Amino acid sequence: MGKKLAAVIGIGQTHHRAKRLDVSMAGLCREAIDRALEDAGLTLDEVDAIVVGKAPDLFEGVMMPELFLADSLGAAGKPLIRVHTAGSVGGSTAIVAASLVQAGIHRKVLTVAYEKQSESNAMWALSVPVPFNMPVHAGAGGYFAPHVRSYIRRSGAPTHIGAIVAAKDRTNALKNPYAHLHNEGTTVESVLASQMLWDPIRYDETCPSSDGACALVIASEDVAASSPNPAWIHGTVMRSEATSAAERDQVNPQASRDAAAALWKQAGITSPIDEIDMAEIYVPFSWFEPMWLESLGFTGEGEGWRLTESGGTALDGRLPVNASGGVLSSNPIGASGMLRFGEAALQVRGLAGEHQVDGARKALGHAYGGGSQFFAMWVVGSDKPTS
Amino acid sequence: MRDVAVVGFAQRQMKEFDGSPTCVELLVPLFEECYGQTGWTRHDVGFWCSGSSDYLAGRSFSFVQAVDAIGVIPPVNESHVEMDLAWAMYEAWVKIQTGEVDTALVYAFGKSSAGTLRRTLALQLEPYTMTPIWPDTVSLAGLQARAGIDAGLWDERAMAEVAQRSLSDAEANDYAIRRGGSSVDELLARPMYADPLRKHDCAPVTDGAAAIVLAAGDKAREVRDHPAWLTGLSHHIDPIGMGTRDLTRAPSVQRSAAALDLDGVEVAELHAPFSHQELVLRRELGLADDVAINPSGGALVSNPMFSAGGIRVGEVARRIWSGDVTKGLAHATSGPALQQNLLATLSSSPTDQEGAS
Repeated sequence: MGKKLAAVIGIGQTHHRAKRLDVSMAGLCREAIDRALEDAGLTLDEVDAIVVGKAPDLFEGVMMPELFLADSLGAAGKPLIRVHTAGSVGGSTAIVAASLVQAGIHRKVLTVAYEKQSESNAMWALSVPVPFNMPVHAGAGGYFAPHVRSYIRRSGAPTHIGAIVAAKDRTNALKNPYAHLHNEGTTVESVLASQMLWDPIRYDETCPSSDGACALVIASEDVAASSPNPAWIHGTVMRSEATSAAERDQVNPQASRDAAAALWKQAGITSPIDEIDMAEIYVPFSWFEPMWLESLGFTGEGEGWRLTESGGTALDGRLPVNASGGVLSSNPIGASGMLRFGEAALQVRGLAGEHQVDGARKALGHAYGGGSQFFAMWVVGSDKPTS
Repeated sequence: MRDVAVVGFAQRQMKEFDGSPTCVELLVPLFEECYGQTGWTRHDVGFWCSGSSDYLAGRSFSFVQAVDAIGVIPPVNESHVEMDLAWAMYEAWVKIQTGEVDTALVYAFGKSSAGTLRRTLALQLEPYTMTPIWPDTVSLAGLQARAGIDAGLWDERAMAEVAQRSLSDAEANDYAIRRGGSSVDELLARPMYADPLRKHDCAPVTDGAAAIVLAAGDKAREVRDHPAWLTGLSHHIDPIGMGTRDLTRAPSVQRSAAALDLDGVEVAELHAPFSHQELVLRRELGLADDVAINPSGGALVSNPMFSAGGIRVGEVARRIWSGDVTKGLAHATSGPALQQNLLATLSSSPTDQEGAS
């Protein structure tokens, strides 16, 4: 028994800002939902089920906010599920929504992921002391900096590679009207001149904290057939590994490699660098671009930085990465993964506007979370999957 | 739809965890029990999904370290819902329906005793208007009970009869943290706690965890002589607005019931943390008088947050495995005053699949 075909027929996102003081949580979600429904040509009444995703409840200070949001999400009287898989949640949420269609249970599923970080204090929310756990209190950058340093040591990458990624993504974001950061004139030199925060991660190599949401409408084959421009789902995958283990490779986690292998197999892809036209990869700190390029199998191990350095991941490169500006330019954490998935779908529909990659017909959406231990990915294409 | 059955179930329901264990310490023995029941190792599990709550745990990412309980390497196909175990089971059931996997182990956990539960749950309310007023869970349930009494739908005696039956049935449940029936008159003579609720009308604060194993087709038959086939699953949510809902009704229960075939149900495990909520549920479900309700004692005798709904599924499954019943109904609830509800029918036969929304 195989999965039924499913496609993204509607995509909506908010304008991302540090503080969206003009909307409530409900208003933020509706901004994305209304755009996605308009794109899909559907009304809320026509939606069969709703899948909500966001990162920790403490980020907004509401326990299980989908309960109070039920009316405004249009979920009243419908099935509603709330997914939470750390930073990968936006991707996982899209995958759960897709599975409702792929299983043949629903035909039209609306999924929305959001984070309104300005409602609370993310640093506080991540710093609650937990019994029997070693407190880090270093923020995400402090947690990941040793991974980056380890990558540099292992790969022999020159130390300006991270700055190349940051300058590229911030320049791409100028073409994306929804992006949070529109930092004109960001160059490799200006990134390298920015303050060192967690050596080797500089200020301009980190993601912002954003308010924002993303929504997708995922439909069955028959519904998608009447859509002018569906993005067909060719493969979805989730993999997790435990936090505590001396043998974990946090630079290139096995869960990531396993997920990529399963994804490429599902999507019938044997050479990702040749068959994927563009990738939206979860890069909250610039050095994660070369790290994930290797882990995903776009390059050999230790070679990811060479692709970045060659300009291969630029908008006109061999594998454009984060044409939207990526997580480095907008990071509403719970939504960030779905934004990657949604941007990949926009690209294969040819609807990405100024940051459209010419001829993009097959794209990767990628998200990771926790201590580099939760992974969610999908491949979408302009054409129906053949396998 | 593929034939999918519940083939494993393990639970812990206790007044307080002994000491202050981590989730890992709590879950490892539950997984061991599931492996014992199925003859599997972790490598035989195709998909994992957990349910828990960051607010209950008092920290962000409460589920992250629970993954450690599964083991380390190799990584697993895994997800998490910020919901009760019953919805984690639903996600796993959907995953099996895609054909991607044949088996799943789902689990949930929560330590309600770590805080003041009724106050913690107030944080589920509309944050801009209701949370600042801090109406707690028990008070909201009191309003709901009063609404039903004022409408002439039930009275304090009917509520006490629910409690009396639950406390008596709980005498046979090793996991119940409150048990021992006396008489309806004796219960009615006890003092009010949150008028019109007495303490026995309210679920006790409970710590706990539970795990359920699902398997499709022949995989299920390999594990059990009498697998508990999931013949129908349906769940819906209502608006939260306490002032605009008719608190004596639960439209999402009615809607879910309409999607299923409840004819021939012999036993129903209803997730009713307050005695009058069982009365609401019975009315919405239209169950016949001879249906055995909550033979485990139900949530009134132990209500571990985020696993109590799924435990209802496990309790029905156990009775089908043993051959005591051939068809049962399990119900899970979430949100204040029965806002969100899930129904599952379980049967000794995989035929007659019903709606699954």
